[in-house]
Amino acid sequence: MPSDATLAQLSNILVYASMTAFTVAMIAFAVSLAAGRGKVAEVVAEPALVGGGQAPAPLQMPAPLLASGRRSGNVGMSLYWLATTFLALGIAARGLSAHRLPWGNMYEFSCAAAFAVSLVFLVISLRRDVRWLGIFVVLPVLLTLGLAVTVLYSTSGPLVPELHSYWLGIHVTAAILSGGSFCVSGVVTILYLAIERIDRRVAAGLTPGRLGFLVPKVPTADRLDTLGYRIIAFMFPLWTFAVIAGAIWAESAWGRYWGWDPKETWAFITWVIYAGYLHARATIGWRGRRAAYISLLGFAAFIFNYYGVNLFVTGLHSFAGVG
Amino acid sequence: MSDPGADLSTAPATPVVPIGFRGWLRWMWRALTSMRVALVLLFLLALASIPGSLFPQRGSKPTEVNAYLAAHPKLGPLLDRIGFFNVFGSAWFAAIYLLLFISLAGCVIPRTRLHLRALRARPPIAPAHPARLPGGIAWVSSLPLAELGPQVLVAAADTLRAKRWRTDHVELNSEVAPKASGFVSAEKGYARETGNLLFHVALLVLLVGIGIGSAFGWKGQVIVKEGGGFANTVTQYDTFTAGRLVNQSNLPPFTVHLDAFDITYQAGGPQNGEPLYFAAHVTSSSAPGASATSAAITANHPLGIGTARVYLIGHGYAPHVVVHDRQGKVVFDDLVVFLPQDGNFTSQGVAKIPDMTPQLGLQGIFLPTAVVDPVRGPISVFPAAQDPALFLSAWRGDLGLNSGVPQSVYRLDMTHLSRISIKALRPGDTWTLPDGSGTVTFAGVAQYATLSVADDPGKGIALASALTAVVGLMLSLSVRRRRLWVRVSNSGSGGTLIEVAGLTRADSTDISAELASLVEGLRGVAPETKE
Ligand code: HEM
Repeated sequence: MPSDATLAQLSNILVYASMTAFTVAMIAFAVSLAAGRGKVAEVVAEPALVGGGQAPAPLQMPAPLLASGRRSGNVGMSLYWLATTFLALGIAARGLSAHRLPWGNMYEFSCAAAFAVSLVFLVISLRRDVRWLGIFVVLPVLLTLGLAVTVLYSTSGPLVPELHSYWLGIHVTAAILSGGSFCVSGVVTILYLAIERIDRRVAAGLTPGRLGFLVPKVPTADRLDTLGYRIIAFMFPLWTFAVIAGAIWAESAWGRYWGWDPKETWAFITWVIYAGYLHARATIGWRGRRAAYISLLGFAAFIFNYYGVNLFVTGLHSFAGVG
Repeated sequence: MSDPGADLSTAPATPVVPIGFRGWLRWMWRALTSMRVALVLLFLLALASIPGSLFPQRGSKPTEVNAYLAAHPKLGPLLDRIGFFNVFGSAWFAAIYLLLFISLAGCVIPRTRLHLRALRARPPIAPAHPARLPGGIAWVSSLPLAELGPQVLVAAADTLRAKRWRTDHVELNSEVAPKASGFVSAEKGYARETGNLLFHVALLVLLVGIGIGSAFGWKGQVIVKEGGGFANTVTQYDTFTAGRLVNQSNLPPFTVHLDAFDITYQAGGPQNGEPLYFAAHVTSSSAPGASATSAAITANHPLGIGTARVYLIGHGYAPHVVVHDRQGKVVFDDLVVFLPQDGNFTSQGVAKIPDMTPQLGLQGIFLPTAVVDPVRGPISVFPAAQDPALFLSAWRGDLGLNSGVPQSVYRLDMTHLSRISIKALRPGDTWTLPDGSGTVTFAGVAQYATLSVADDPGKGIALASALTAVVGLMLSLSVRRRRLWVRVSNSGSGGTLIEVAGLTRADSTDISAELASLVEGLRGVAPETKE
């Protein structure tokens, strides 16, 4: 058995290795995206989806990726799997070195969050072809890891006693996984807004604009909209559960299950915004742009809770381990 | 029909112009229970919470509120008046969530009624030409309708029932061409609405649980020194809050005694000084004189006494200070609670000794592991009491205890005091005050625990309803409500026309796979005839 210090060092090396692999994956995805740039998009009409009885909207399918683009897209996916494996091993080594679950401070949360985003992406990739999404997902992953190893880094060690609770494992795992999904959904939603804007420009007789080359590479605005929604609909119950698990933990640690601590307040705000998003879609039929803005607002609240509240607002949840 | 949300909405299709008082009432009720207003209220709730997270709140950080008010003499009182320092107890916050929950009740009750009816109703009649629906499928089989029709319908109904669709089977209504036709209609996914209603009702019950907690719950905080204890009465707590319906003179009469406080710290390494483990070893009894039991309270492991729970939420040092006056009489002999200022337990505290003339005030810094830093002065470099020191400054004059203004026990009111001297003491040291008025002895140091005692009779309800809400949500977001129809009719050329179609909500996955599997089975019964 290697010593704790060796394991901690190994963990760092693995995290750097994963960042390298993510970076190369990003390059491969970029090549894939750039292949055929400038070529005229082949737009195929698709039979209308079985919808809720509304008039079938004219839909577009992504044109088949050019062979070269497809190849580098595959390389990107392979590298993505590799990078995610490195990251998983790095997180595991960190946990072994500290003899605990490896999410006790912001550095560790960030690594876990980057892993969660990647995991959500890879799980989706098992069910459908999302090579086009790779480059957009790898960006926040690299950003998160970059911040983690530079600004937020703290060395491996034991946890403060408040964190000795199996509810930590449950609550934080649920929160990180739902956060990863919100992030992937947010990326899809931003992409949706870009494509939707191009569609509107084209409909108004304008040029597609600088991002026009994306159109043949990614699904239609409609499909992006639906994908963004599905991810949230699937993960919202988990986020709800994460908040409840947090409340159970707070009850056993602090003697109250809810105390409007800043962290709790922002978890609530995030929850309410996403609940509003689901409502707006389900009951008053908001889809598309307006729903997209609500969804991004929800993600912004989630991110603020993570970076903003941990670093700038003091509360009982001061476990960031930064500074 | 295709949008279940539409027939579930309680909102009027067009705004009615209200007539008279009752008209207005009805109009307001409709508006309140409409989805748009509910959504606005939902977002308002999120918006209203924000100041509660950015400004210090009276309930949790009263001292920070006062500091804010002092630092912002203009803005502070204004914010105070509109409730920014007590957001979650403010009238406007309550107004938002109460309106939201009224709206919720007004929405859920009619929806429950509709849903119960839908659960008993037959699936809707098939459209005249299902194949004209998006995704509809049609084919012709050469056998005559009178013969093939019933077979197809029975096969369809059996298949669908086996897959737990609720089906309705309507036989051929006429044997005569060209009107003859029959259908099977099927519906599935009622659990979506059931789950959705469960979720919304659970939210209402959650509010009830929270309400019970805030009406019948109470909470107190008390600092207990090693060797000391407290009884569960309001006067023994340093702070105490209780719901409006709590009988404060009749709290359960338990007692808790702190035998010892135990803590170990990480020594060395990057996390030097982080606590590894702490525990308050206590003896408690449910009433004075009742049998006593021993227990350890640790982080995340409160002690339950009856329905109340005792939590360990903080700890610190209490130096033992003894003061003798000029005549050698003991005028002060106590463990003085010092409040920690940093992670290494550099702690501050004061002792007030009114029984001397002039009165004596001692202001101190306690360092569990003392080092005098050339820049920062005396600080502690490790949280355990490895090398304790007490730095005292002595003040003489009038402590101001009789001024009528309540004083903090952690601060001296310096207005009528003047400092006579300062001194660093090690355990056992005695300091003879330079004016000869007496001596101060640092006799040793004990620890104290900050305990929080709480009883929330609503929390069980809150937990159960919150978990129910999750289950309801999962049903509501994963089950898809869908309808499916099979219609057989005369093909017009002596054969049978079979039409199959289905509908789901727009956001759900399409039903084409289910349709395809059904069609495949039916084609076995009624093979397609190529013209
Ligand atoms: C405390 C306030 C409320 C919260 C937190 C809340 C939350 C939610 C959530 C998270 C969903 C998503 C589940 C889904 O899409 O099926 C939902 C659905 C729904 N809510 Fe609410 N809700 C609230 C109040 C209301 C009110 C006041 C109404 C009626 C006026 C209402 C009517 C509905 C309806 C009809 C759906 C079903 C959407 C569907 O068919 O999928 N809700 N609610």
